[in-house]
Amino acid sequence: MPALPLEEAGKYVAGAYVVFLALIVIYVAIIGAKIARIERQVSELLELTAEDGSVDRAPAGERASVG
Amino acid sequence: MIRTAAAVLRKDLRIEWRTKEAVPAMALFTVTVYVLFHFGLDRDSLDGELASGVLWVTLLLAAVIGVTRLFAAEREQGGLDAFLLAPVDRTALFVAKAAALFVYLVALEIVAVPAFAVLLLGPNLFDGLPELILILLLADVGLAAVGALVSALASETRARELIVPLLLLPLVVPLLIGAASATEPLFRAGGDPEDLGRYLALLGGYDLVFLLIALAVFDFLLDD
Amino acid sequence: MGAVFSKGLRPVATAAAVTTLAGFALVFFYAPLDADQGFVQKIFYVHVPMAIVALGGFVAGGIMAIRHLRTGDSSWDMRSYVAIHLSIILGTGVLITGAIWAKASWGHWWVWDEPVLVSFLIVFLLYCVYYPLRFSIEDPERQARYSSVFAIAAGAFVPINFTAVRLAEAVTHPRVLSQTGGSLPGEMRFTFLVCLLAMVLLFVTLWKLELTSKRASMQLKRLRTRLELRAETAG
Repeated sequence: MPALPLEEAGKYVAGAYVVFLALIVIYVAIIGAKIARIERQVSELLELTAEDGSVDRAPAGERASVG
Repeated sequence: MIRTAAAVLRKDLRIEWRTKEAVPAMALFTVTVYVLFHFGLDRDSLDGELASGVLWVTLLLAAVIGVTRLFAAEREQGGLDAFLLAPVDRTALFVAKAAALFVYLVALEIVAVPAFAVLLLGPNLFDGLPELILILLLADVGLAAVGALVSALASETRARELIVPLLLLPLVVPLLIGAASATEPLFRAGGDPEDLGRYLALLGGYDLVFLLIALAVFDFLLDD
Repeated sequence: MGAVFSKGLRPVATAAAVTTLAGFALVFFYAPLDADQGFVQKIFYVHVPMAIVALGGFVAGGIMAIRHLRTGDSSWDMRSYVAIHLSIILGTGVLITGAIWAKASWGHWWVWDEPVLVSFLIVFLLYCVYYPLRFSIEDPERQARYSSVFAIAAGAFVPINFTAVRLAEAVTHPRVLSQTGGSLPGEMRFTFLVCLLAMVLLFVTLWKLELTSKRASMQLKRLRTRLELRAETAG
């Protein structure tokens, strides 16, 4: 098949590179959000242990869906 | 280890002979599919690539049936625990199961290949029986090794009957390629099997690699 | 305190970013236009490195699985899982960019004639079963062990499959995409190598990133369990 003219070909090439970038960006965003959430929860728990020394209680109803 | 493997193999074959669970199902399935193709393709006879493809794809699908049932007896009746308690190599179990599967496949082919010839091959299109037998045997070794491995891998999952074909079929694609390509000239008038050596080498290489892998990893499966 | 970021994540990430930018620049400003395929050929610089890295990731996952079975150390299983997981994601990218390339070059969204693409599809389909297999086994230790067995068998399968498909295609059809194997002119080859390097660095970066996330969540779990234990014994 003869080579596509530049304008048409440009769309396909752009599409391919966009797919590539999108995969990476979405992935990093998801993992980044996960890490941020975990960090938040870890620091919350650390605060709790710092506040009252002996009687610790994990905050009720807190759940993390990890892994 | 050989003695243990032989003992387990004898037990499996005896059970299969009495209950007739795996082989008749596989054979019936295969012949039925060939009949379907006979009517579905609406041709008097197939040749070349089409014949080869139909023959092999159907055999592979039938193999899935055998593979799914391979560890069924152990699972249902708990024979596995007794085996594991004995001071023997788990590889013996693999050898026995793979050998059993090999026997089932050969039995299947004794029925299926003539059926295929009758239903789907034209009258004169078939010579080269010794080559076909060689191809079948080589392919069966690979199928048996991979089948036993997949069967053990899937034995712990709940959706076993779905996982087995999903695992087995991609893994045997190289086998399919080698076997079908090797068989194709045999089903063609004037076909000249000059590439046979290349495909037999592919089949042999595949068999060797997966036998070695299965023997190496099998110890890590099936323990409790 | 911050999450325990994987060792060397920052340098790898920077290297990856730099190389990727360099790659882009080379692709669009340095590499010459292909005589036959024209501008469309530029997809080659993102599609093929992705494919190579994805396949490499699968094989690497298999090697890590071997280490897992040998040492019994579950961190190797985690590394193997992330490698395979990432490669599957890259694999979808390969198939999508491959389809785009096929559509632009031959007008169809898929070509069965191209052995590399078909072979990759089979590998991809196989690895898709990794998830259902893994997550249908409940006992975590057994889950890890069986996943490693799968990773090893599937990792060995990758080279075998490619040889098989190439063998068959070489006999029946002439190779359609000669660029993927044959000789590239100097500028194209250099651009390709840079893009390949960028892809490898990206993979390693994302791999370390996800491992960080998994370790952090394990840390969280451990912390929570310890707190609950303390609450029970104290209260």
